[in-house]
Amino acid sequence: MNQAMPSAASKRDASIPDAPAILLDRVNKWYGAMHVLRDVSLTVGQQERVVVCGPSGSGKSTMIRCINRLESHQEGRIVVDGTELTDDLRSLDTIRREVGMVFQSFNLFPHLTILENCTLAPIWVRKMPKAEAEELAMSYLTRVKIPEQAKKYPGQLSGGQQQRVAIARALAGSPRLLLADEPTGNLDHATGLAVIDLLFALRQRSGTTLLLITHDRDLAARCDRQVHMSDGRLVTPSDAEAAACSP
Amino acid sequence: MSQAATAGRLPAAARERPPAGTVGPWAWLRANLFGSWWSTALTLLLGYVIVRVTFSLLEWGVVNAIWSVPYRNGIADTSVCQNAKGVGACWAVLADKYRLILFGRYPYDQQWRPAIVVLLFIGLYIVSGMRRFWRKELVLIWAATLTLVGILMWGGVFGLTLVTEDYWGGLPITLILATFGAAFSFPLAILVALGRRSTKMPAVKLLCVLYVELIRGVPLISVLFMASVMFPLFMPAGVNIDKLLRAQIAIILFAGAYLAEVVRGGLQALPKGQAEAADALGLSYWQKTGLIILPQALKLVIPPLVNTFIGFFKDTSLVLIIGLFDLLTMGKVALSDPPWQSFSTEVYIGLAAVYIAFCFAMSRYSRSLERDLNRARGR
Repeated sequence: MNQAMPSAASKRDASIPDAPAILLDRVNKWYGAMHVLRDVSLTVGQQERVVVCGPSGSGKSTMIRCINRLESHQEGRIVVDGTELTDDLRSLDTIRREVGMVFQSFNLFPHLTILENCTLAPIWVRKMPKAEAEELAMSYLTRVKIPEQAKKYPGQLSGGQQQRVAIARALAGSPRLLLADEPTGNLDHATGLAVIDLLFALRQRSGTTLLLITHDRDLAARCDRQVHMSDGRLVTPSDAEAAACSP
Repeated sequence: MSQAATAGRLPAAARERPPAGTVGPWAWLRANLFGSWWSTALTLLLGYVIVRVTFSLLEWGVVNAIWSVPYRNGIADTSVCQNAKGVGACWAVLADKYRLILFGRYPYDQQWRPAIVVLLFIGLYIVSGMRRFWRKELVLIWAATLTLVGILMWGGVFGLTLVTEDYWGGLPITLILATFGAAFSFPLAILVALGRRSTKMPAVKLLCVLYVELIRGVPLISVLFMASVMFPLFMPAGVNIDKLLRAQIAIILFAGAYLAEVVRGGLQALPKGQAEAADALGLSYWQKTGLIILPQALKLVIPPLVNTFIGFFKDTSLVLIIGLFDLLTMGKVALSDPPWQSFSTEVYIGLAAVYIAFCFAMSRYSRSLERDLNRARGR
């Protein structure tokens, strides 16, 4: 495990270090006739922590889901770590390999154990031998403080524990960029804070860039930068809108 | 834990039991059978009917039954049975005909071969049902078993005399059609179901929709007729595909269409987040499908899947209309023997017993599999 991390880091430095982690250039998206992303342009630097604020339906989720192609955009450019997201499957593979995601509803795989959830990406995407992948997954489960649950199934865990597994699962894929779509939205405040502490501590360690959607004011305040969305546009925050970042 | 906690504070024995009269057999009887004068009357009436029917069945099927008849010059003398008609069952017909019914016109002295084939199939079902055999090797087990089945049925090698399909019949035919039917239609169904949900390949999707709707839109009998009458017309002259194979293909295509819809139901029921999470991890389409989607979707549809399998196990009997001698057809053939002609009830009860044994096993298995999977996943 400890050998794996530095080598991954050095590979990072060797690759395009100057490219921003995320570059959105006048991205537009429609659902049918509804214009949900309007000329969205955003640059997120390497290792930056950016929070996206805005009311429900303002396009926050759609924007970050476009970054790993859970949704496809129709106009404009999305470049992740120097790789442009196109219809080419190879660019999609490269980007998904580099981008991890944490969902509001956890989305753990209920038919797999906690450990199997966390070894999926290392084994199948990074082609790691099983033993090594398990060691890596266990190290992340230890860091999210639930190694003793490794053999259990997601249905046996509480919400906070499930979200911690989801974070471990996303990080076990060794992403350079982590997207989080309201990771604390389904958790009570105290549990949410604990989960976020872990997320930030882990991110700190691996130097992962973080793009986060949240309604939680405390959480938003801990990021390097806040961007605001309204009606599918990125807007300059007035004080009223800044307050929208909190419930 | 809770016991330890309550034991300290409460007189545990007194509190942990529900009030007297709400548990135990008497309470159950009162709650379920004698709750009101209406349900008491119904209980007594149904009880009377059940007892009467059971007694007359026992009388007919066991007490007055005739288990064997004398033979004169190799011909069964069924006069005993004729005299007992309506009073006692004549199981002698099954004793006399069971080999014909089970193995058809397969050469009599070679019938140990189809007998082993039947056992092989049953063994294959049992092994396939055990979760600890659910791995890649199972495919090899199936291939080996089916090859062995072929060798035993056809012969012609290892000193076994050659027996062509024209002489096959009875239970092996039913099991061959059902087993190969399931083995090929199930993967076909999965592919069709996936194809039908495809968003990126409209041509494939259209093809899958057409296949399902066309096949589902016609009766199985007409598909079998098509296969047996029409199919050879499309073949070049001289190419003669065996009748059994044609029926088998028809059954596979037909079952595939129905199973595809069942599988599609399971795919539809799965929350979208599962596919998204798999995508977000970077799994490829086939990894996502094989590791995340199908294991969950198929588990959701175990009851309708088994339902469909049971239906098709019984529907194999329709091959009689194209002249194949499956189990049911062999029962009819057995009844065409003059001395036994009037004992169809007994023969059909015997046939029903075989079908019930297989179908009931399938249905019990599906229940236990569901329970097992749920328990394993902590729910």
